[in-house]
Amino acid sequence: MILVERVTKRFGDYVALDDVSLSVPDGSLTALLGPSGSGKSTLLRIIGGLESPDVGSVTIHGEDQTSVAPQRRGIGFVFQHYAAFKHMTVRDNVAFGLAVRKRPKAEIASRVDELLEIVGLAGYQTRYPSQLSGGQRQRMALARALAVEPRVLLLDEPFGALDAKVRADLREWLRKLHDEVHVTTLLVTHDQEEAMSIADQIAVMDHSRIEQVGTPRELYDRPETPFVMRFLGPVTQLGDALVRPHDIALSVEPRAGSFEAQVARVVHLGFEVRTELVLGDGQELAVQLTRGEADELELAVGDIVHVRSTVLPRALATRAPEADALSA
Amino acid sequence: MSALAVTARSARRSHTGALGLGVATLYLSVIVLLPLSAVLVRSLDGGVGAFWDAVSSRQAVAALRFTLLVSLATAAINVAGGTLIAWVLVRDRFPGKRIVNALIDLPFALPTIVAGLVLLTLYGPRSPFGIDLAYTQSAVLLALLFVTLPFVIRSVQPVLIELDREMEEAALSLGARNATIFRRIVLPNLVPAILSGAALAFARAVGEFGSVVLISGNIPFRTQVGSVYVFKLIESDAPVSAAAVSTVLLLVSLAVLLGIRALGHWGARHDR
Repeated sequence: MILVERVTKRFGDYVALDDVSLSVPDGSLTALLGPSGSGKSTLLRIIGGLESPDVGSVTIHGEDQTSVAPQRRGIGFVFQHYAAFKHMTVRDNVAFGLAVRKRPKAEIASRVDELLEIVGLAGYQTRYPSQLSGGQRQRMALARALAVEPRVLLLDEPFGALDAKVRADLREWLRKLHDEVHVTTLLVTHDQEEAMSIADQIAVMDHSRIEQVGTPRELYDRPETPFVMRFLGPVTQLGDALVRPHDIALSVEPRAGSFEAQVARVVHLGFEVRTELVLGDGQELAVQLTRGEADELELAVGDIVHVRSTVLPRALATRAPEADALSA
Repeated sequence: MSALAVTARSARRSHTGALGLGVATLYLSVIVLLPLSAVLVRSLDGGVGAFWDAVSSRQAVAALRFTLLVSLATAAINVAGGTLIAWVLVRDRFPGKRIVNALIDLPFALPTIVAGLVLLTLYGPRSPFGIDLAYTQSAVLLALLFVTLPFVIRSVQPVLIELDREMEEAALSLGARNATIFRRIVLPNLVPAILSGAALAFARAVGEFGSVVLISGNIPFRTQVGSVYVFKLIESDAPVSAAAVSTVLLLVSLAVLLGIRALGHWGARHDR
């Protein structure tokens, strides 16, 4: 388990982390999710020992690591831009951590071959990083980090430099790898879809603080702040409340608590139909329907319909208007 | 961008390329090739026999050997010292860093004869520090180190600035100590820049005249360097011999420079 307790970090006048606490369960894949500048990379680097906190502590497996050198933390670190040792072959890159530990040559060679097999780079031993694609370089970097059997794997935007297709493939691959290797993993990302699709637990960060920690489902269904609600998925305003566009029901007749609205636009996207409505007070509203629902209502531009939320209004919507303004 | 624009651009580039090549060739011919060829041709004015006599005299051989050795020493010391200074200038923070950085190029701006005079005053018979190196081989080395200071620093600095710090952080997280990181990660990436700086320093040291002419004392078989020996030959009205010795200096330099380049290519064989 990684335990971060009350960590504060300043760079000059800028507060990068403000009294942050987090626990990462053993064997989990936890994502640190937030916009750029939210402090997530700084938190990762503090856990890895690449930065030291001004206040607070970092504990890994019950041992206080706050003042332990990064070399002796037992961590594997993977960087956004691969940090490949470009003057070394793939084999020497992956072997590096074992070589500095002075392990026997034969052991290193077999371990390297085994790891390259796992990350799908068998046969690339004698290539140089410049001869690999971005996705291959990142898999090499993962093999290099895993070679030293780290207690904790720290990934800093590992797919951020890759194009969308490779990113999606590698994301799935990482999840499968994690299910096989089970090493406690902390992944930094600004992509909510990435975090939602592979993480067991997500910590959402904003403005140098952790906003909320939970499973992807919990965060999506029960966000505690407007920021988390907005960051995890699409939202629209209905009356005083923030609602997800798919949590709004349309009907021809008025229902209890419903609002009258006029259809402004209907966009058919195959299974999904996106509708834009204008409420009586001029406020615009986005609603996501299935094709079946839209067909049943025979929606056309100009129609008058009645809309209501299908979920309970959230307490967060009435909370702290200044927080709301910040996240906008 | 449209295909048309791409075509137009590449066409313009190749046009510039042809013109550029022509200008570069002309420029190099006038500035470099012609003078060097003239030296070579002049050196053979008296025939091969005279050439051989000029370069195989005991004094010529001693001067050439000393020049070669002291220039190699200069390059080697520059490799260590220059890399260290570049490292400190890029990686360390200290007050006055910008001023120190600006000072590095000053040895280039100072007329070399003035540099020689200053060194003679500071480290000569009337040295305020009690260090008298005048007319010794060490003095020659000192003068050459002074005038070649910027080469390695200025070639290593930009590479060090551009070096991916995350490589070092990755090595750190993999358990490498700082010395190991420097030796196995940083240094291999600096080698091409260090070698090219060393090559420049060596070439400059071989031809250096102004700063060594006073402090060396020009003692034959001891502190006489090639350039000063050539000057003596010209003064004693032996221009063909001077050209012959110069030719050998050029050939030796060329061989060393090619050797350093080959080393660089071997070191950078992975950077394609």
